Amino acid sequence: MAEYTIKVRRFQPESGEGPYWEEFGVDLEPSLSVLDALLQAKDRDDGSLAVRCSCRAAICGSCGMKINGQSTLGCKTQIGEAQEQADKMLSATGATADVAESPIRGVGEGIMGTESGPDIETAPLEVDGAAPIVIEPMGNMPVVKDLVTDMESTHWKKIRRVTPWLLPHGAPPEREYVVEPESMIDITQSMACIQCGACVSSCLSMEADPEFIGPAALAKAYRFVGDPRDAETVERLTDLAHDPHGIYDCTHCFSCVDACPKGVAPMDQIMRLRRKAGEEGIHDPNSGHDHEIAFVKIIEKKGTLDESLLLQESFAPGVIGKLKPTKRAIREMLGSLPTAFRGIKTGKMRSLPKLIPGVHHKLPGGAQDEVKAIYEHAEAHNEEFNLYIKGEEGDLVDEPDVEKGAERSTSPENPEAK
Amino acid sequence: MADTIKVAYWPGCVSRGFTPELHGSMALVAQKLGIELVTLDRANCCGAGVIAEHNQELADTLNARTFALAQQTGLSMMNICSTCQGAQSECQQRLDADSAYRAHVNETLSGQGLAYERSEDGSWNNKNFLWLLVEDYGLDRLAAQVTRPLSGLRVGPFYGCYIVRPKERLGYAEFPDRDIYLEQVIKALGGEIVEYDGARKCCGFPVITMNRETSLRQAGTHVGDAIDAGADCLVTPCPLCHLNLDMQQPEAAKVVNRDLGLAVLHLPQLVGLALGASPKELGMPKHIASTKWVEERLTAVPA
Repeated sequence: MAEYTIKVRRFQPESGEGPYWEEFGVDLEPSLSVLDALLQAKDRDDGSLAVRCSCRAAICGSCGMKINGQSTLGCKTQIGEAQEQADKMLSATGATADVAESPIRGVGEGIMGTESGPDIETAPLEVDGAAPIVIEPMGNMPVVKDLVTDMESTHWKKIRRVTPWLLPHGAPPEREYVVEPESMIDITQSMACIQCGACVSSCLSMEADPEFIGPAALAKAYRFVGDPRDAETVERLTDLAHDPHGIYDCTHCFSCVDACPKGVAPMDQIMRLRRKAGEEGIHDPNSGHDHEIAFVKIIEKKGTLDESLLLQESFAPGVIGKLKPTKRAIREMLGSLPTAFRGIKTGKMRSLPKLIPGVHHKLPGGAQDEVKAIYEHAEAHNEEFNLYIKGEEGDLVDEPDVEKGAERSTSPENPEAK
Repeated sequence: MADTIKVAYWPGCVSRGFTPELHGSMALVAQKLGIELVTLDRANCCGAGVIAEHNQELADTLNARTFALAQQTGLSMMNICSTCQGAQSECQQRLDADSAYRAHVNETLSGQGLAYERSEDGSWNNKNFLWLLVEDYGLDRLAAQVTRPLSGLRVGPFYGCYIVRPKERLGYAEFPDRDIYLEQVIKALGGEIVEYDGARKCCGFPVITMNRETSLRQAGTHVGDAIDAGADCLVTPCPLCHLNLDMQQPEAAKVVNRDLGLAVLHLPQLVGLALGASPKELGMPKHIASTKWVEERLTAVPA
């Protein structure tokens, strides 16, 4: 048995008071969970401490919370490990996660706002040497009470937004649908989601843009986009690419990948949605696809990034983009001028290749041809590779077919590859 | 005196593009620290996750080429960009996970006389300057080199997503403290650590062309939080974060509707100041957010 101090961010709506911190002393084996610690505090000290839980085995997805600032499941985090993390951060920064965390947002207002909430009364640190384990309700969601959040307004609403059911065309088959095992393996990872909301809680894009569809719902969208029985793949992808808060609103920060307790890697599913949207030739108004194509083409031609060309081609791609620029392209290009002028002034951008798109040099001494040769091969081939399926080396010793992955996927250049 | 460190050096694209002061300050600081850099001038862009989003095999093969060029020198590789670190680690993970796939990628490279070999014991690796500084150079050795301690300078760390997440890919099992290295370096250089909300959050840069407001709101919020926490400057090992936090700072200020004006230093610049280099030598006048306050602080508080 070991003693721990947990520091819980509490909110009791019926009291009429703002949120506050409260510390509880608990006494349990290091291998037991943070949820066990909370239940002990509830049992021994304060029955009004509110926390959602059910299975206690990382299956039901009820006990999403932030532990030392990290979104996760309370039942899947060992208290001993949480203590080590809290101690490490205290030793490195001189602060605990409650100081590092943002001011309370939206609590009591019933909405997810970006304004700061009321000040929190911080209890003094008085534990000898050990930092308290800081426990908070999930982020990006309104708090109902203590660690219980309202998942309807930000999680479930967004899940429903992506039409989370199968949309097959034609009459259903007489018996079950028959599909290739490989095609179902492709969506296994997204099917592992238990709807706990930890990824939503951790999402840094949603923090800045509450309308972002978000990691859980987009991973769910891939589950149906990748399903061979679904007949509305293009419609789904078009919808998600055209939405200004859709697939191109993800900042690629990996927060959801680390938060997910089931290895769904929602961000990877968002990248696969982008890849599929590109393969379907879906042209979005957010410059998402144009930016990707511009980037890929520049490296083929130059080997390293021509930043001004990337900017120009993202907004006004090709000859048509320049002859008939969209209103957004004109606005964005004009909007970037003050930044360019500042860069010229300080000397940061004071050279022709940085100012004139396309003047950037190629790689030296034939190296550019080597890059081009890689493009020729890979663009014809386009192996997609899902680590969740493939696993680590050693699991695959009997895998004889090098080309297997390639046969699973298609590319616009080589649609027969399937 | 410990051994000289010699590495195959991949400067990346942005350090020679819109943040030229990074490449310059790295060269100067390497010289002062006694780190020998063998620049990989034939190597290509890491793809920044964008090429992988388009075609994974293309991204993996392009980065395998860079790794192979580094391995040809017989040296481990060093980068100075969190984004390069993340994108390259992702490709390296896929290549290392499957020998058949690796053989396939190497076949593409064979025409160029190149091959990427997986290092079974991890003796060949690719590390950001931050990781190299702590793990190979050593904090004690760094502290011993300091000629102008950053006493009284309040520094907010800003890591960049790609160097802290996902933990499983970035070697945290072996090096669990990689997410507190910036704090350790600031301390070793004699500076004060400023703890604020944004240290390990996203600068927003990857969506600057897709959703400018979301992007700049992230940058502006973090800079504002650091100012509120009393920071004199931020320090980052990622030039892409620098673009959003520094170059776009005046635009970010408009989005978050407040005055900003906080110096953002590249990691080699912060190290360079403590090694006695002048702000001018370190290219700090090239920054958009003025670094004058940092100079004043360093002059005001005796070393």
